[in-house]
Amino acid sequence: MNIRLDLMIPELFLFCWAIVVLTADLFFIKEKKNILLYMSQFGFLAAAALVIFTPTGPYEMAFKWMFINDPFASFFKIVILLAGFMAVSSSYEAVQKSIEHKGEFFGLVIMSAVGMMFLVSSGELVSLYVALELSTIPLFILTAFQKRYLKSSEAGLKYLILGAFSSALLLYGISFMYGMTGTTVLIAGSINILQYSNSMHFGLVMALALVVAGLGFKLALVPFHMWAPDVYEGAPTPITSYLSVASKAAGLGALVRIIYGFFTVGTASDYWGLLIAILAAMAMIVGNVAAILQSNIKRMLAYSSIAQAGYILVGFVAASQLGLSGISIYIFAYLFANMGAFAVVVAVGHKLNSDKIEDYAGMARRSPLIAGSMTVFLLSLAGIPPTAGFIAKYKVFMAAIENGTLLWLVMIAVATTVVSIFYYARVIKEMFITEREVAANPEGRWILSSPITIAILVGLLGTLIIGIFPQPFLELASTVTQSFVY
Amino acid sequence: MESFSFPILTLMIFIPIIGMLILAFLKQSQLLAIRTVSTVFSGIPLVLAVILLANYDPGGGFQFVEKVSWIPALNIHYFLGADGISVPMLMLTALLSFISIIASFGITHRAKEYFVFFLLLEVGMMGVFAALDFFLFYVFWEIMLVPMYFLIGIWGGPRKIYAAIKFFLYTLFGSIFMLVGILILYFSSVDPSTGAHIYTLDLTILAQMAQNGNGLFLREGLQLLVWMFFFIAFAIKVPVWPFHTWLPDAHVEAPTAVSVILAGVLLKMGIYGLLRISFPILPYGTDYFSTFLAVLGVIGIIYGALVSMAQKDLKKLVAYSSVSHMGYCLLGMSVFSHFGQEFIVGISGAMFQMISHGLITGALFLLVGVIYDRAHTREIAAFGGLWTKVPVYGSLMTFFCMASLGLPGLSGFISEFLVFVGGFAKYKVLTGIAVLGVVLTAGYFLRMIQKVFLGQFNIKWSDLTEINFREIFTVTPLAILTLLIGIYPKVLSYMIDDTLGDLSNSIINGVNIVKGILG
Repeated sequence: MNIRLDLMIPELFLFCWAIVVLTADLFFIKEKKNILLYMSQFGFLAAAALVIFTPTGPYEMAFKWMFINDPFASFFKIVILLAGFMAVSSSYEAVQKSIEHKGEFFGLVIMSAVGMMFLVSSGELVSLYVALELSTIPLFILTAFQKRYLKSSEAGLKYLILGAFSSALLLYGISFMYGMTGTTVLIAGSINILQYSNSMHFGLVMALALVVAGLGFKLALVPFHMWAPDVYEGAPTPITSYLSVASKAAGLGALVRIIYGFFTVGTASDYWGLLIAILAAMAMIVGNVAAILQSNIKRMLAYSSIAQAGYILVGFVAASQLGLSGISIYIFAYLFANMGAFAVVVAVGHKLNSDKIEDYAGMARRSPLIAGSMTVFLLSLAGIPPTAGFIAKYKVFMAAIENGTLLWLVMIAVATTVVSIFYYARVIKEMFITEREVAANPEGRWILSSPITIAILVGLLGTLIIGIFPQPFLELASTVTQSFVY
Repeated sequence: MESFSFPILTLMIFIPIIGMLILAFLKQSQLLAIRTVSTVFSGIPLVLAVILLANYDPGGGFQFVEKVSWIPALNIHYFLGADGISVPMLMLTALLSFISIIASFGITHRAKEYFVFFLLLEVGMMGVFAALDFFLFYVFWEIMLVPMYFLIGIWGGPRKIYAAIKFFLYTLFGSIFMLVGILILYFSSVDPSTGAHIYTLDLTILAQMAQNGNGLFLREGLQLLVWMFFFIAFAIKVPVWPFHTWLPDAHVEAPTAVSVILAGVLLKMGIYGLLRISFPILPYGTDYFSTFLAVLGVIGIIYGALVSMAQKDLKKLVAYSSVSHMGYCLLGMSVFSHFGQEFIVGISGAMFQMISHGLITGALFLLVGVIYDRAHTREIAAFGGLWTKVPVYGSLMTFFCMASLGLPGLSGFISEFLVFVGGFAKYKVLTGIAVLGVVLTAGYFLRMIQKVFLGQFNIKWSDLTEINFREIFTVTPLAILTLLIGIYPKVLSYMIDDTLGDLSNSIINGVNIVKGILG
């Protein structure tokens, strides 16, 4: 048993910091609770800095592969922490207005981030499962946090039931994996699995199907996506943004760990290639087409993020270095664009008490910052240069074309990209083209609070810098591929 | 490749961005300042374009080259350069952008945003014509979509939102195919001399690959598939029949100056793309589909002309005449499996048509805008006998209509003549049909002139004012160039002939190699 707590310093720090925030809640009077927000921001940034300085490498592991701190894990931890930072930054207005237990709110967000960090680092199935639960249980509570708002409670309950159901599926799949290989350590299992390499073994098929279904719920892949729009709509918007990025990144991390780390050896990879490709195609088609029909921007972004998961899976199916680095750069680009877009939704929702797309009319007049940034975010989600989303899509499509057999999937991906412009452009149209006087806002220009402005600006800068100078980010993304064999 | 120490192409592309930044700090109400800044920052690229032209050496291949590594991880370079195909296009773009900015002085509604988007559009257009890295080309190609969407969507006519989104989706649909083609090229690219995989998107290297045995990087099926992908992207932009349906909507709804840019520059990008990318890089596919190109071109000529005849709206008439005129480009370009002189004639006809159509149709849209600003209608039947009231306007309109229908002495005649001479060598029947297009063109333009300017004066327009100085100023350079190219075509042909000759040789060579190896 190799005990190396030094690898876990960021997680341990953040865990303690969650307790600190929870405790600090007791010492501040109601008017000063904003300090909790700044403390949480600090916690996320400090943890991100610690991640950078923690030793990282393919063999940097603790507790016999239960915890691996390879570059892949570090990269995803940075994504999760930045998402957490932007989520708490954009929660300023929501916390002021409709969140009652502020300490618990921030504490739970941090707790959930700790779980996600353990999740992307786990090289062993039991620790993976426990980390997954640690990350999702706080999210159930956070979703239902606006307890006076019926939709929030409904969303929380829905998320809880489906989350528990999907965890059970995953656990069942894990039991098959254990049964087939006699170990819960992924790297050992990937060697033991070799004995089945000659036949399509029933136990392996079951294990794969159950794991993909279980994690498919977490990632909101079609056909496991039904909960996502309701939960996204009902949850407090900062939590929605956190769910859509951090939770998705962590789920993807777990999927990569299990599929690439366990199922690629021998002919096992033949099992999942087509399966994931079909899931990707369905996610892109259903997500993009359903998004067109939405009139609520949170639901629209929910369907859009279902589709985005599909594009990520296109890189996943390619199962190559290019593919994995494509996934990484995609999730990075998605982080900035989606968190930024949700920060805008928070700001607008706070000012107008509405999440309807048609209420974005005339936004270019009210706040050029909001309208301009939102345009950049949406164009990035659609993959129009010179934004991060374009580089990401380029890299992912590149991986799929290199693979040689996935041209059909790329064609679906590009066709649905055109569809996606239709609903992204609708928001842009409302903001810039539709001109309507709105009585709700007589004073004209909007002044935003500084935390949410920070969230929007971080998103904007991230999206544009990755789009125009992608080189360092591509290099970073290519380091994550070190730990895996294809 | 001669390298030019002064980064003239970069400046031409990015100087409008400085103008955008300055505009961002102005108030909506400071109209004069907004107009001045926009004029200056679209004027500088024009001056630079003239300098570019003066320093251009027709036999020198790619010039003014700038090459900097941009994304080493993907082997992508910031690579600019200009040759005989791009120099005239850069000049045309700079000129039409400058003129369009001046023609937009009438815009007072949200003027600041308008000029910001216009300058951004200019950045994209210049970039497309100067880029020599396929990735960079694609980035500029896509950057244009967004300002164009806004320009049509905000300042357009009654159905502006429909037209804007249709334009956006249509073009994106095409360019996304191009993206897939780009990626296939990337993975198929080999070093021209050694045959080793190099993963590049450098257009000059990709073109060299097609020139020797190692150029068989895309054989048969795959080459044809990639050619088709690029063709869809470019054909939508041209627009080639049957991909033209976005064009009438976009043109009719767009404000005058945007129509000028659409017709004068954006439509040329499709042809330019074929010449710059499909022809040199995929000669086998180009040869394979040449008849297909010619047939689509002739259908476009006849269809566009017939539909123009039926138009009641002046702007729609000019818009459909573009579909017809771009057909000549395709017919001219398609003549190259009949190698030799005819190829150069046909393809230089296409080049002439690009420039000439840009000048003439740009001016026609400006003039339609002039009358629309005064009369608030474009219905042909609503006018009559205007010549007595606005003789200068009438003369200018007639001049450009004559140029458009191919009156000898004006540039339209030169281009159509070259296309027919080239086309007849290979496609006798098709070219014969295409010549009918000239008659039809004369038909609808003469009918329009007759209904608008001749006949009984419509009393309703007795308050109509004559074209003003600013408007005359915008069309004068176009008239001069139309006349100049018509009388002395060498001003243009000296620029393009060497480049087109090289292009012709390289296609012959590339096709022969593929055919030789395929047996």
